[in-house]
Amino acid sequence: MTTERIKFYQTGTFTAGNRLLDEATRTVQSRLDRTNSLNSGHRACQGCGEALGARYALDAAMRASHNQLIAVNATGCLEVFSSPYPESAWQIPWMHSLFGNAPAVASGIAAALRAKRRDDVTVIAQGGDGATVDIGFGCLSGMFERNDDVLYLCYDNEAYMNTGIQRSGATPPFARTNTTQAVGEHPGNPIGNGKNVPRIALAHGIPYVATASVADLHDLERKVTKAIGVRGARYIHVHVPCPLGWGSDPAHTMKVARLAVESGLFPLFEAEFGKVICSTPIRRKVPVERYLELQTRFKHLFGPPQDTEALAAIQAMADDNIAVYGLME
Amino acid sequence: MERTPFAITLDPNTSLANHTGNWRTMKPIYVDRLPPCNHACPAGENIQAWLYHAEEGAYEEAWQQLMQDNPMPAIHGRVCYHPCESACNRGHIDEAVSIHAVERFLGDQAIAQGWRVACAPRTGKNVLVIGAGPGGLSTAYHLARMGHQVTIHEAGPQAGGMMRYGIPKYRLPREIVDAEVARIQSMGVTIRLNSRVDDLEATMAEGRFDAAFLALGAHLARRVEIPGVDAKRVLDAVTFLRDMEGAARPKLGRRVAIYGGGNTAIDVARSVERLGMEPVIIIYRRDLGHAPAFASEITEAQDEGVQFQWLRRIAQGDESTLTVEEMALDEQGKPQPTGRFERIEADSVILALGQRADTGFLRRVSGLRVREDGTIEVDGTMMTGRPGIFAGGDMVPGEQSVTVATGQGKKAARHIDAYLRGSAYVKPEAHEPATFSRLNTWYYTDADASKQPLLNLVRRRSSFDEIVGGLDADTALLEARRCLSCGNCFNCDNCYAVCPDSAVIKLGPGKRYAINYDYCKGCGLCAEECPCGAIDMVREVK
Repeated sequence: MTTERIKFYQTGTFTAGNRLLDEATRTVQSRLDRTNSLNSGHRACQGCGEALGARYALDAAMRASHNQLIAVNATGCLEVFSSPYPESAWQIPWMHSLFGNAPAVASGIAAALRAKRRDDVTVIAQGGDGATVDIGFGCLSGMFERNDDVLYLCYDNEAYMNTGIQRSGATPPFARTNTTQAVGEHPGNPIGNGKNVPRIALAHGIPYVATASVADLHDLERKVTKAIGVRGARYIHVHVPCPLGWGSDPAHTMKVARLAVESGLFPLFEAEFGKVICSTPIRRKVPVERYLELQTRFKHLFGPPQDTEALAAIQAMADDNIAVYGLME
Repeated sequence: MERTPFAITLDPNTSLANHTGNWRTMKPIYVDRLPPCNHACPAGENIQAWLYHAEEGAYEEAWQQLMQDNPMPAIHGRVCYHPCESACNRGHIDEAVSIHAVERFLGDQAIAQGWRVACAPRTGKNVLVIGAGPGGLSTAYHLARMGHQVTIHEAGPQAGGMMRYGIPKYRLPREIVDAEVARIQSMGVTIRLNSRVDDLEATMAEGRFDAAFLALGAHLARRVEIPGVDAKRVLDAVTFLRDMEGAARPKLGRRVAIYGGGNTAIDVARSVERLGMEPVIIIYRRDLGHAPAFASEITEAQDEGVQFQWLRRIAQGDESTLTVEEMALDEQGKPQPTGRFERIEADSVILALGQRADTGFLRRVSGLRVREDGTIEVDGTMMTGRPGIFAGGDMVPGEQSVTVATGQGKKAARHIDAYLRGSAYVKPEAHEPATFSRLNTWYYTDADASKQPLLNLVRRRSSFDEIVGGLDADTALLEARRCLSCGNCFNCDNCYAVCPDSAVIKLGPGKRYAINYDYCKGCGLCAEECPCGAIDMVREVK
């Protein structure tokens, strides 16, 4: 059920490289010849988790697909900060159409490639949580149910950050956004709203669904590499902190993402054809407060007075994930 | 670029025109910090650096790095009380890296493989060293490496000083001392045994020496009178341990009491135990918490059956008993008599009350300042009041140990070298400390310290076999890899991977990294995610 980590002294596989490991065990990101699919000069904020997540995923995809890859990008931060006219930070074939149609455009490219009998090219569609969970969701579900040969990468920063931090269907309960202010009787995003797209993807019974985090590079690269080797509709949901929208220190992007995983709030798992097949165990479990306290979007929970009920509800979500996905086994 | 139609196509990589580095208010810089182990090492070893080589299994490189500072790793790996390990940052996570065990492994490998150290071309300068203990040997070694000719005059019949005549065999087998001394001799150092120097100036003139280093050690025992006990039945620790090296074993009674609470007292007690005596008793005026001996030594001695009488003063004695007075500690921790007496059976007493240097003959040398306690005053360069004459080890004021003496030997050698060249040795400025709070311990694998094998108790109590075993190659490698490399980059690629702006340049395997300041936005992720704290964020000056 769970994946095995290599037990190795000094830093083992926790760091990106580790000179003591053989080359094959190191990450794509540690390689001198990594693609840098998203190159320097882009205009993402300091410490942007999405810029990092996109480079991690696409560099791994480039390596796994032997550089035969086309990426379609939905509208959103990633698209805006990487391609302000007349500059582009991309070093891969990349196209942008609309906010809501990235899965459909990718399906079209896949169909065109099939017509041209090019089975050596991987098609990737990518977008933020707004484009994926809300605006492009119809196209995405269609791409899933037709089992189009596309790998969809969702970089989830839990709100519409590009347009000014409005809530999305992926915004967590109690989080402050500009449309869910920390005021009133139930401050922040209402509990019970929102949807879990990895589980919806799973319900489509597609060949591969996974969740990943920028905080676990080895795990993320392994999942992308695995997905490239699968045909049909595939979905990877990558958790990427947003220092601006979450109110976290840009230097803490990794730390925040790591605490999301270690608290159990963001479970890392893989599913094939509708069944969860394995999960990544929590290494050092922490209470959810450790994750929440680093972000001003949850500041109102810490009072005074401390909103113990809300904190307990969030802890219950984490505990539920730990039980459902077997994160402490 | 101008001809690019809007919203149709953009050339790849054109973002490089946008120098995002001008967003920066803080900038990352790579630093090397001083690891706590290196900082704590009395011999000034660069422990982190030699462990770095050992982690790769490059044992000879590791040993060569070690030999830059310490000529006797096999000895130190056994007898050094390793303040490096008390300081080790890993101690905050699980257990300190067993540095001494890896050092010993490297030292033993060097002896087995016959590894050698290169010497600089001969300078033609001639240096006299008095005393072939750790201080003298260390100075001689470093001077020989710098190309100077060194002659050591040793009063005793064999080289090693307190390493041979003070530390029992079960802690330091003599073949190890012989091997490391022989290696120093093979570098061209001459050792004259049984050669006591009584007239320093005459010896220097006779041998045409350009400088001298005095490392006589402290071989005179402090003694007290015990009323009622025949002086013949009262030995001192220095004499006892020296006699243990001779052919005939020292003459002792049936029940032996040792007076003192330092490491020497423990060494003596454990040696007596091994001679097959009845239960050995250590009598000390203060309690366990105030004994200068190391706790581990006391525990090992207790395991072997040595008994302790804490808070007791020997008042008087007769043929077969000692009368001891119970003591109580006052507020300053000083023992005060209580007036309560008791008798214990003991027919011999060994005094382990400290020792001092026999430096009387040096009073005749003009410029030398001999203190009341027999130690010689030296300045910051280890030079005495007489230009060209340096001193170190137990005969100068300060802490007394093999490692301290070895470190002073290195320091003196550097200053003697500078003196001989007519210049001054300037110590490079130390790096800022690599504190635990700078580490990102998430990235280190959980791993408990490797344990060295221990000889079983029956053999410990009945023989002088070495009680602590060495690590095998596999275990030594794993132990070296427990090093956190505090404050010094170990090429883990984390900074290169976590930069959202691809602004960290990897310079190639083992060559570390550089920052591309054209694009670095100064977010600080690299510094935050560096496991070992080798990146500082500093304010940008524009």
